[in-house]
Amino acid sequence: MKALVAVKRVIDYNVKVRVKADNSGVDLSNTKMSINPFCEIAVEEAVRLKEAGVIDEIIVASIGPKEAQEQIRAALALGADRGVLVQTDEKAYPLQVAKILKGIAEQEGTEVILLGKQAIDDDNNQTGQMLAALMGVGQATFASEVKVEGDKVQVTREIDGGLQTVELSLPAVITTDLRLNEPRFAKLPNIMKAKKKPLDEKTPADFGVDMTSKQEILKVEPPAQRSAGVKVASVDELIDKLKNEAKVI
Amino acid sequence: MAILVYAEHDNTSLKKATLSTVTAAKEMGGDVHVLVAGSGCQAVADEAAKVDGVSKVLLADNAAYEHQLAENVALLVKDLADGYDHIVAAATTTGKNFMPRVAALLDLSMVSDITKVVDANTFERPIYAGNATATVKTTESKVIVTVRTTAFDAAPAEGGSATVEAVDNAQDAGKSKFVGEELAKSDRPELTSAEIVVSGGRALASGENFTKYIEPLADKLGAAVGASRAAVDAGYVPNDMQVGQTGKIVAPQLYIAAGISGAIQHLAGMKDSKVIVAINNDPEAPIASVADYFLEADLFDAVPELTSKL
Ligand SMILES: Cc1cc2nc3c(=O)[nH]c(=O)nc-3n(C[C@H](O)[C@H](O)[C@H](O)COP(=O)(O)OP(=O)(O)OC[C@H]3O[C@@H](n4cnc5c(N)ncnc54)[C@H](O)[C@@H]3O)c2cc1C
Ligand SMILES: Nc1ncnc2c1ncn2[C@@H]1O[C@H](COP(=O)(O)O)[C@@H](O)[C@H]1O
Repeated sequence: MKALVAVKRVIDYNVKVRVKADNSGVDLSNTKMSINPFCEIAVEEAVRLKEAGVIDEIIVASIGPKEAQEQIRAALALGADRGVLVQTDEKAYPLQVAKILKGIAEQEGTEVILLGKQAIDDDNNQTGQMLAALMGVGQATFASEVKVEGDKVQVTREIDGGLQTVELSLPAVITTDLRLNEPRFAKLPNIMKAKKKPLDEKTPADFGVDMTSKQEILKVEPPAQRSAGVKVASVDELIDKLKNEAKVI
Repeated sequence: MAILVYAEHDNTSLKKATLSTVTAAKEMGGDVHVLVAGSGCQAVADEAAKVDGVSKVLLADNAAYEHQLAENVALLVKDLADGYDHIVAAATTTGKNFMPRVAALLDLSMVSDITKVVDANTFERPIYAGNATATVKTTESKVIVTVRTTAFDAAPAEGGSATVEAVDNAQDAGKSKFVGEELAKSDRPELTSAEIVVSGGRALASGENFTKYIEPLADKLGAAVGASRAAVDAGYVPNDMQVGQTGKIVAPQLYIAAGISGAIQHLAGMKDSKVIVAINNDPEAPIASVADYFLEADLFDAVPELTSKL
């Protein structure tokens, strides 16, 4: 059984985001870029399924600029087998990404398809659900536990009220939540080996996908700043402030 | 012009998230219809019919919708989409789960988690964990959005008298099966709509300490209990209490953070609270930058003292 894992190149989650002065977007020049943390969890889950003998081959795909190779190599160093870079310099919106991933999943015949639940740059939380819809397969979003049994998968999902377990027939799309696993660190020999693993280069046109979206970002602004607060010296002062100044209790 | 709002409910009662979603829908302009999809959920439809500003309620009452599985609900909404220019749901784990599926079935892009309606096709939404706000315009033939409920006031629960119309459409995609669920039971207010939230972080060091320190303060204030991811990961409290970029978004009148450092991912979930109190023994903790009142103290002393003096 083959697995497909989608990894997105995003600003590293530790980097402080700066909005460009002309409000055209976020300044990404000289910024550390990484695999989206949820995608890293998706890679780790695929590798664990491979170690457990459920999966034979793991294909990682990324849609983005040439530099997204770095994130594919990082995933290969974690244990994925080969990569597909679908190169585009246009902004990749979820619907277009889902269409390309569908193309790859169907070409490769992958049965377990893992994505992050959201990319921490645009915070869309859409791509996996769209991919499942386009493929006409089941979906399990926000996964905190994945068990493959035969041609079925049982997934525990983190929902607002607690946890929910669903069973899907394979192929199926699973999107990862933070507590699914803790990704390993790539070891140096594996990073070296990853450089020799196959990495195909494609374009959106190879999958018949036009990257133009009917959405446009008119402007990007910094959020409203909170004014600096005050230090209170004691619990008594805190209670006084909450009662008489803020009037919230 | 008509707008379809998907009702958030548990087959028994309408969730407050729906009321905020109705407000957002009204701002888009047009007749607001509410879809109640579930099983044995007539009471929910009756409740939805009373919501101010709702002109029609569609009731899809069928076993196929009991657990609102995305595969089934998406087919239902897709079938109903013809009559609507806008389809709107709350950005809860239900809305986030099925709405992108509806969009893709209709070959449309969608806009997630809006915080402001600029006009019927233009919205504001937070990106980069709330470190930037994007204004997004869509030129799709239908506008599909999810709504950050804390950014919109609740529509009045009374005042409307909509008609309830049964929808005879049972979609079972046969792709997924509900196996079970473990729902948190609590007598406290719901986290995302509570007036006051008391949250604890890694510093609590155990689940027992949540019970011993955080819960009594919450109960004294009639507050909901929240947590940082570190506290959830360590198993002190269940996942449904996580506040943040990837947990729940809260914006209460008062948010008290005890032993939480204030990582950007946590701030993303609570920085729109009206008043923020931080109790932390490190005056340099990043949470100080958003706290209205910062008490530098050991929480194990300060929290019980606060509880007893309130
Ligand atoms: C992709 C991604 C998504 C994430 N999403 C979320 C999210 O949704 N929500 C979230 O919360 N986090 C999220 N995180 C994690 C986040 O980065 C932080 O790791 C987490 O918020 C830290 O939790 P904490 O503040 O409880 O712990 P710490 O950072 O360890 O802070 C503990 C604080 O307690 C203080 N303290 C210690 N002892 C005491 C005492 N006795 N009295 C008073 N104060 C004390 C310390 O000074 C410190 O400030 C995410 C991370 C990633 C990578
Ligand atoms: N450009 C991309 N390349 C590869 N995977 C992507 C891309 N965009 C989104 N994804 C996948 O979809 C998930 C959810 O992203 P989003 O819907 O944009 O929040 C990510 O965690 C990835 O697994």
